[in-house]
Amino acid sequence: MNILVVLVPCSLFLGLGALVAFIWTIRSKQYDDMEGDAARVLLDDD
Amino acid sequence: MSVTACPGCTTAPVSGPAGGRGAAQMDVPTHHLLLPGIHCAGCISAVESTLLKQPDINAARVNLTKRRVSIASEPGLDPTPWIAALSRAGFEAYEAGALEERQGDDLILPLGVAGFAMMNVMLLSVAVWSGAVDSTRDLFHWISAAIALPATAFAAQPFFRHAWSALRVGRLNMDVPISLAIILACGMSVYEVMHGGAHAWFDAALALTFFLLIGRVLDQRLRRRARSAADDLAALEPARVTRIEGEDKISRPIAEIAVGDRLWITAGARVPVDAVLEDAETTVDCSFLTGESDPVTRTEGEPLHAGEVVLAGPVALRATAVGEDTTLRRIAQLVATAEVSRGHFRSLADRAAAVYTPAVHIISAGAFLGWLVATGDVRMALNVAIATLIITCPCALGLAVPAVAVAATSQLYRRGLLLTSDTALERLAGVDMVVFDKTGTLTERRLTVPPALSTEARSVLRALSEASDHPLCRGVAAGLQDVSPAPLTNIREEMGEGVRATWLNSLVFLGRRTPADAIVVLRIDDEETGLPAVETLVPSAKDAVARLRALGLKTAMLTGDTAENAERMAQEAGIDRVWSGERAEAKLDIIEGLKAEGERVLMVGDGLNDHAAISAADVSIAPGSALDATRNAADIIIVSGDMTQIPDAIRTCRLACRRMKQNFGIAAGYNSIAVPIAVLGFATPLAAAVAMSTSSITVVVNAIRGFKS
Repeated sequence: MNILVVLVPCSLFLGLGALVAFIWTIRSKQYDDMEGDAARVLLDDD
Repeated sequence: MSVTACPGCTTAPVSGPAGGRGAAQMDVPTHHLLLPGIHCAGCISAVESTLLKQPDINAARVNLTKRRVSIASEPGLDPTPWIAALSRAGFEAYEAGALEERQGDDLILPLGVAGFAMMNVMLLSVAVWSGAVDSTRDLFHWISAAIALPATAFAAQPFFRHAWSALRVGRLNMDVPISLAIILACGMSVYEVMHGGAHAWFDAALALTFFLLIGRVLDQRLRRRARSAADDLAALEPARVTRIEGEDKISRPIAEIAVGDRLWITAGARVPVDAVLEDAETTVDCSFLTGESDPVTRTEGEPLHAGEVVLAGPVALRATAVGEDTTLRRIAQLVATAEVSRGHFRSLADRAAAVYTPAVHIISAGAFLGWLVATGDVRMALNVAIATLIITCPCALGLAVPAVAVAATSQLYRRGLLLTSDTALERLAGVDMVVFDKTGTLTERRLTVPPALSTEARSVLRALSEASDHPLCRGVAAGLQDVSPAPLTNIREEMGEGVRATWLNSLVFLGRRTPADAIVVLRIDDEETGLPAVETLVPSAKDAVARLRALGLKTAMLTGDTAENAERMAQEAGIDRVWSGERAEAKLDIIEGLKAEGERVLMVGDGLNDHAAISAADVSIAPGSALDATRNAADIIIVSGDMTQIPDAIRTCRLACRRMKQNFGIAAGYNSIAVPIAVLGFATPLAAAVAMSTSSITVVVNAIRGFKS
């Protein structure tokens, strides 16, 4: 059961990392224009 | 260029890079333009490159979701040349105000926090459910508590706030049982963990928060969309007016216009404020006020009302009333009372919540008391009560209804229908009679070109009609695309009369036969040909009516026009009932009468004379070309004015309502199995997690099924 001492903090750390990444996506307004971003992929010049 | 994503986009010349300045993150946008027509990558690229070619623009970024472009330039600069450039590139554009950024009530962050906390706690719970015991179980419970308590304290705040605001005034709302379930589950779990108990409800409390927040986010999105639709509509109104300042004519925002200012109005433009005429004479179209489409002549010193369209121009006016004092605003305020009555509509979700909220409290309290009396064990009784509260989680109400509504309104939005009210969907689904206004909605007035006219005369006619912005001229020009315009010189548009020009060595004229005459003629030297004006159905009217009837709806026409005209048009369109010669007040009475007979009435109209009727009807639709007061009163706007959108919209709304009811059925089915299990004390945190997740996922999947366009 000692492995838990490593794995539990590990999973918590990963979860926290994902949460921080999510907060960053909100802050940088990545959900403002989802339709537009989907369409912009098709433009070859940006 | 490889962008051929949308076949409807042949008008958009995709040229030049849209990258560089345009793609860069915008510093501070100074201007916003509304672009109702954009819909693909080619449009984005064309709009951005067109704007970036303008000398004053530093950056331009299109938001396809909101159909807007933000522009960084000098503050206070006049955007008219940009709008003109976009119009040359084939895009309709309007100046819009900045969308207010609402940060405070954003629910995305709580949703994210609840989601991540739920996943982590669930991970630990799975270990407990699969057999962890003793100290391992206790450790996992403690870690769960350490994640769940701060996470719920943060993420469930929206529910706590709403519940508290209801409790403070002595009412119950749906957030009360939700808050109670979350708080009790967390509190009881902490107590259990401290005493080494076997069950903790942290994952359930978080799952409840997470699923219900999804519902709230969807709901919020819906309301925002309705609000931004209302903003978009405001932008369709002329935001700028040309003011005569000394020798110059300068475009100014309408808010800057003061009483006494001299204004310059071109032919075809709408009078922005109440004013008196300074020029000798003009003709105006006051059909929005009176419903009559024949032009009216005004002479110097006579008043023009805001909303009237100047047919012969340009003319100089002097403003006599601005802002809230204009005739238009006063009429809009008069009918505001009629709109209040519509606030009483109770949506499906409200009615369900009214049954649900007390039921949950009664069942849970009953379970608690029953177990307390039967066993005398407070802890046991409380555990059962919490299990009941959690299992009856109102996921169907809180999640499924907004999910259906968002799916349906998004589909309507993509087709060019703006919903300005969040209950419009359900009200439209319930209609059983459609009442149309005639002029401007079902019919349009156009000039016919006599078939006997020679090709030469037709090409002169096309050139003359293209020289004017008058709506009748535009109609003529559109019907003459088969001939090329004749080369004309000395083109002058004369107020209230028509267009004069020189063609080879002949004098040519298109306009009224005599200044006091409404008959339009084409004159080449002395040879005169009349262009009879006829009222015709708009192309989509007949089809729309046929499809409405196929949906089992009754159709009717309500007009201020003569009985003969109305009957003829109604017969051509296939409409059952006709009321003709009705004034605005009478229209209101007819709608009220129909409602009293038990009909649920959809009113389709565009003019100010329909305004009262639109406000009184159960639900209303206006074309995008309608007057702003009428558009604001309407629940749904058809941007393109295509009437066949109405039957489509009704079908979509009916489907949406059916889905909502199905979802209530699914939720009721789950609860009828889960509640007895919980009340009898067999529910474990595992059972609660399974029941909650499956019911939530089923209702969401059912909600979005079939709404893809």
